[in-house]
Amino acid sequence: MSSAQLEIQIIASLVAIACAIPGTFLVLRKMAMISDAISHSILPGIVVGFFITQDLNSPLLILLAAVTGVITVVLVEYIQKTGLVKEDTAIGLVFPILFSIGVILIAKNANDVHLDIDAVLLGELAFSPFNRFVITGVDLGPKSLWVIGTIVLITVGLLIAFFKELKVSTFDAGLAASLGFSPMLLHYGLMTVSSVTTVGSFDAVGAILVVALMIAPAATAYLLTTNLKKMLIYAVCFGVFSAISGYWLAHGLDASISGSITTVLGFVFLLVYLIAPHRGIIAVLYREKQQRIEVSLLVFLLHLSNHNEKEERHVKHLNEHINWQKVQSKTVLDLALKNNMIEINEHIVSLTKKGEAFTKQAISYIVTNEDSEIEHIKEDFFLFRG
Amino acid sequence: MNLQDYFSLVFSDYTLRNITLGTAILGAVCGMLGSFAVLRKQSLLGDAISHAALPGIAVAFLVTGAKDSNILLLGALVSGLIGAFWIRAIVTKTHLKSDTALGLILSLFFGFGMLLLTFIQKQPNANQAGLDKYLFGQAATLIEADVWLMVIVATACLSILLIFWKEFKLLLFDVNYAKTLGFNTKFIDSLMTSFIVVAIVIGLQTVGVVLMSAMLLAPAAAARQWTNSLAKMVCLAAVFGAFSGVLGTAVSASQNNLSTGPVIVIIAGVFVLFSFIFSPKRGLLFKRLRFIKNRRDLELHKTLAFMHGIAETHSNTSHPHTVKILNNFQGYTKKTLKKLADKDYVSLQGNMWSLTDKGFEAASNLYNQLTKSNNE
Repeated sequence: MSSAQLEIQIIASLVAIACAIPGTFLVLRKMAMISDAISHSILPGIVVGFFITQDLNSPLLILLAAVTGVITVVLVEYIQKTGLVKEDTAIGLVFPILFSIGVILIAKNANDVHLDIDAVLLGELAFSPFNRFVITGVDLGPKSLWVIGTIVLITVGLLIAFFKELKVSTFDAGLAASLGFSPMLLHYGLMTVSSVTTVGSFDAVGAILVVALMIAPAATAYLLTTNLKKMLIYAVCFGVFSAISGYWLAHGLDASISGSITTVLGFVFLLVYLIAPHRGIIAVLYREKQQRIEVSLLVFLLHLSNHNEKEERHVKHLNEHINWQKVQSKTVLDLALKNNMIEINEHIVSLTKKGEAFTKQAISYIVTNEDSEIEHIKEDFFLFRG
Repeated sequence: MNLQDYFSLVFSDYTLRNITLGTAILGAVCGMLGSFAVLRKQSLLGDAISHAALPGIAVAFLVTGAKDSNILLLGALVSGLIGAFWIRAIVTKTHLKSDTALGLILSLFFGFGMLLLTFIQKQPNANQAGLDKYLFGQAATLIEADVWLMVIVATACLSILLIFWKEFKLLLFDVNYAKTLGFNTKFIDSLMTSFIVVAIVIGLQTVGVVLMSAMLLAPAAAARQWTNSLAKMVCLAAVFGAFSGVLGTAVSASQNNLSTGPVIVIIAGVFVLFSFIFSPKRGLLFKRLRFIKNRRDLELHKTLAFMHGIAETHSNTSHPHTVKILNNFQGYTKKTLKKLADKDYVSLQGNMWSLTDKGFEAASNLYNQLTKSNNE
């Protein structure tokens, strides 16, 4: 592994960390699409900054672009406040228009300078080691390493300093306000950090893929835990893992590094989405099936307790009476039998004592719907599972 | 070329005619379907799907090796649909919210698409040039066959829209009611989403992945400000969309170095801005004017009520008082006093004012209006 390769991997990992932290809060605050909007609308800021500084890594350019990002948020909120359109429409209107302005500015003025839309949107990590940061002849490493390193330090510092405030205002804005933290200040602080991170990373991974690095690790972590600290740690781990393995994937395929990082992120998300315990799609489908059977069982038992006539309780009759398919009735019947809820005498089904008691309890729960009953009945349901 | 040249050339020049027709039809279709996206609060779906279509284009090229735009668009359609339905699956089956799902699908699909595109570029195959026109769109490459495709898609959209009008409308405004009436809401929902995907896919070639969402939203958002009726809104959005298409093409053709997509988006943005400000019922300008007028009326009432309060204490209600006792707090300004005099509610004599009989009558009924109309 050459030093350039190592540098690329370090930069990619730092970008992943810098993105995962604000990304987690964006996902929790239901503002994930704001990151997409910011990543597009910083384009005019970058273009104007580039005309002034002529250097893609200058701090002034990063500042200008970050200001554009915050302006986007302010604009979106202003349009939303007028009540003329909904929030999502406001986002969807603001960023393409700002982006178009950026594209036209480039087309009109930047023909002969090194700045094209592809570079801004897609970035090229592979070139970042060539742009060195040199002070008085001493080579201090790639410039983007310094930029993104500073951003990571600031982000982590802010996170540690304001963790409590961020946590409270994310989950309970009202409580945060009454405790004396300003939700507005935190909101705009978060937006500023997101903009700065987006701008600082666009050079390395491109503006659109910043969105992937912000949202995907956080969303993946959210499927695994509901603890904020754990979620942050998981998100950072997923980000760094994808950054490094994405680099080697790109190395193997000889393709875009940012593209492969995103692809790895995608596969990590897909995997977790499928198999995450409790929240994964397989777990959800399994639980839904269980619940369906439980409800069926309840309906079945209620039916039995409501009817004393023999013909109503005949095994064959139940099929058509409750309008179930044969297989489903059989599953329910077996389940009830296994739990000693019913007994079958010559094809006539009747409730056992245990079944009667349970049915009564269930009815009283349904009728009164008292909270205290819920936990109890839930526990009972677990008995029947499997 | 200036704008006049453009309009004289638009009917004779093959390329210009194709581009103009193409963007106009695209604008109209996007406006129509975009209305539904905006009303269903799915505005950002367009953005997500247009990005999600990218890997489809790349895969279609990898599999067939052909650059026929119809095959590539078919690939885009398939991957756009996968993206759209995956978003729905994430939202319904997990606790991730819709914004996260949109952002996820958008960025992950797009990143995968970029991976494939760069992979293709490294292949020893000279045929791949031009795939990246789908990123930013190139209206100039529209040929007559593309325009025909758009016409076909537009007709299909329009006829489906007319056939399922009632269902679409019901689904938009009251899903639960639609369910109780026995409509298959899942099917209608999928149908609507599919058509939004179709509209996006045919627009990719013209305005590109990034700006497609604005094509979908802007005409609809502008149309929304002018009417409260769905039918009118859809028609208006189609007109706005078509106009921004044509105007955008005209402006970009008359200038050097301007790609069509961004110009169309900015023109559509101007439509939106105009509608936001000048629409008579919802517009910011008229809302502000109404607000000011209401405030003035209220202050007038306040002054009148204050005068009434003073006059009541005298046996002769028209007893003159000095202007001095009125003050700013009671909504008094010289203007309001003048207005009251114009209405013949007060008579002014130098520094003195007195309520007329008419004014006293009006003032005593000022706050009775509500109760009266309630009693009647």
